[in-house]
Amino acid sequence: MPYTKRRRLVSSAVAVALGATALAACGSSSDDDAAQSGPVSLTYWTWTPGMDKVVDLWNKGPGKKEQITVTVKKQASGDTLVTKILTAHKAGKAPDLVQAEYQALPTLVSNDALADIGDDVGDAKSKFADGVWQQTTLGTDAVYAVPQDIGPMMFYYREDLFKEYGLSVPATWEEFAETARALKKKAPDKDLTTFSANDSGLFAGLAQQAGARWWTTSGDKWKVGIDDAATKRVAEFWGGLVEEGAIDNQPMYTPAWNKALNTGKQIAWVSAVWAPGTLTTAAPDTKGKWAMAPLPQWGDGESRTGSWGGSSTGVTTDSGNKEAAAKFATWLNTDGDALNALAKEGGIYPASTSAQLSGAFTTAPEYFSNQPDFYRKAADIAETTAPSAWGPNVNVAYTTFRDAFGAAAKNKSGFTAALTTMQEDTVADLKKQGFGVAE
Amino acid sequence: MRSTPRRTSYGVKGAPYAFLIPAGLLFLLFFALPIGYAVWLSFRKVRVSGLGLGAGAREEVWAGLENYTGALSDSELLDGALRVLGYGCIVVPVMLGLALVFALMLDSERVRLAPVTRLAIFLPYAIPGVVAALLWGFLYLPDVSPFYFVLDRFGLPQPDLLDGGPLYLALSNIAVWGGTGFNMIVIYTALRAIPAEVYEAARLDGATPLQTALRIKIPMVAPSLVLTFFFSIIATLQVFSEPTTLKPLTNSVSTTWSPLMKVYQDAFGNGDIYAAAAQATLIALATLVLSFGFLRAANRRSKQEAAR
Repeated sequence: MPYTKRRRLVSSAVAVALGATALAACGSSSDDDAAQSGPVSLTYWTWTPGMDKVVDLWNKGPGKKEQITVTVKKQASGDTLVTKILTAHKAGKAPDLVQAEYQALPTLVSNDALADIGDDVGDAKSKFADGVWQQTTLGTDAVYAVPQDIGPMMFYYREDLFKEYGLSVPATWEEFAETARALKKKAPDKDLTTFSANDSGLFAGLAQQAGARWWTTSGDKWKVGIDDAATKRVAEFWGGLVEEGAIDNQPMYTPAWNKALNTGKQIAWVSAVWAPGTLTTAAPDTKGKWAMAPLPQWGDGESRTGSWGGSSTGVTTDSGNKEAAAKFATWLNTDGDALNALAKEGGIYPASTSAQLSGAFTTAPEYFSNQPDFYRKAADIAETTAPSAWGPNVNVAYTTFRDAFGAAAKNKSGFTAALTTMQEDTVADLKKQGFGVAE
Repeated sequence: MRSTPRRTSYGVKGAPYAFLIPAGLLFLLFFALPIGYAVWLSFRKVRVSGLGLGAGAREEVWAGLENYTGALSDSELLDGALRVLGYGCIVVPVMLGLALVFALMLDSERVRLAPVTRLAIFLPYAIPGVVAALLWGFLYLPDVSPFYFVLDRFGLPQPDLLDGGPLYLALSNIAVWGGTGFNMIVIYTALRAIPAEVYEAARLDGATPLQTALRIKIPMVAPSLVLTFFFSIIATLQVFSEPTTLKPLTNSVSTTWSPLMKVYQDAFGNGDIYAAAAQATLIALATLVLSFGFLRAANRRSKQEAAR
């Protein structure tokens, strides 16, 4: 009797301990063991909506033939996923495939989380614009990801209201400022647009268009050029417009902003190719009243644009089947059927140049049915995307932007000091981590 | 079978410990271990060499107190603490004052519809903090708020609630709205536990209802007041979801508005879990000191009063 009692106690204690271990194990995903021939199963972390349906195409088609099965695990987008990947990588448990924004690639590579898949992607390079492909190589001979979608920037405006107020579509930023002032004169309660300190990506894209190169390398040192002449010009321009009250200073993506777009209180938006989707939900009442034009330029006769958004597919160093994973990543982002499905299910604008004018992109988005050549124009604009230069602590620069520019926009005090803060904080962070930094 | 008696005695003596094992294990695994790990991390940092690209360019090294000196000399963390202090100075007195008044009113003899009122005041507590903050955020935004619409109609001034001083009021309002009901219930329960004889005696002595409330009810629920105050201090120091939810709506709330937001930003935005761990340890210590300091002070006072 006592013997049984004691044994029961011991076994229940063991059961609790096992239960606890099982709970602790929940946090990590079960992965494959090592490289192996025969059937391979891969895990893919992505935030693109409808990706499971696209992956189904692979699992039933080419994947079945090659015995490579991919499982999608839906994730939150952007910076949170980067942290999650890095944490998983620390435990050696990162998934085989991850979605990553271009500006996050240096961070991931510098944490040794992304594998060089240069040998496994075949001639994928030829399917993409040079400026896009260069972002996945970080200027080295390696290839750390395959581009998936891009966000070339464009200028959106209310065609009807521009006519009503006698405004013309600005071709240069100079004219853009004049347009903003002219509108203020004619309708003081309306704004051409707003400067949103919430969207670091927008400012980065505008600086990129102006020719800024925020992170460059010389030897084994990083050089941070956030306060370079090009960016300064952009910051002064927008800071000036906010200071004189020619445009609004409130953030984008708020209920108030939605209403401003929907009621015509703001009549233009500097955005990217994905704008139709956002406008459909933010300003449903103004469908068919908007038009798209290239971004205003800094010099006459120039035609350049920046990018806002876009992401790629990378293979992690933790993957036991890098070759198979790279094969899938290449298929997903270069195969016609896959890209069509991605456009249909996920609403992405493909990085692959051949896909930009086929399938879903032969007709204009429904919201822009008044502009039938929307995607032809978009493809032309995408071709003019200026190269970008990302570094290993974009996240720090972005946070500083949010806070410093937020305060400056609130106080309408010009953006020069905020830009200096952004530069100094970014350099200080690099130095603190031990990176080589060139002054 | 010779050893049976000894086993019996061992079994009886060991039983309490055996029963403690599940709780102890869970405590170790899910409380002591993570905290210990966080403290350990707070003494570490990452050192990168050169460009930091590729394998082996990054190693975790011992940092000593570097993260702590960094956190203590970081003006943003200190500013955040001051902001939270200002916020707490509004939230705690207003919330507890209202909770006490409501509890006393519900407890008074002449009240009608008490159960319905009690539920109505308590209900906001059942609404998740994020949802409450979103809800109020909509009401604060001039362009979509019905309040501003009404103000506009009557030609009254329309203050910007998401800027400067009013921002503190706006944030406090969310906390007060959500927290008053809970604190009221705690105080009200204590009021109901006061024996009826006490009131009877008071009435015989000719005390008015107001005097009963001030001289009898409040002193007798003082322990509950201490408890609610204690909870409120902890909740205030940990304010996170309200400012985080309002952040995208305005330029006035920075990513590091409160100390916890700074921890979150450093850990998940900037990827520096080491600095974040040090800050989290400091915040935990400050919370411990403040809340237990208050408890001790309150205890000492009540002991003195009992001795008198």
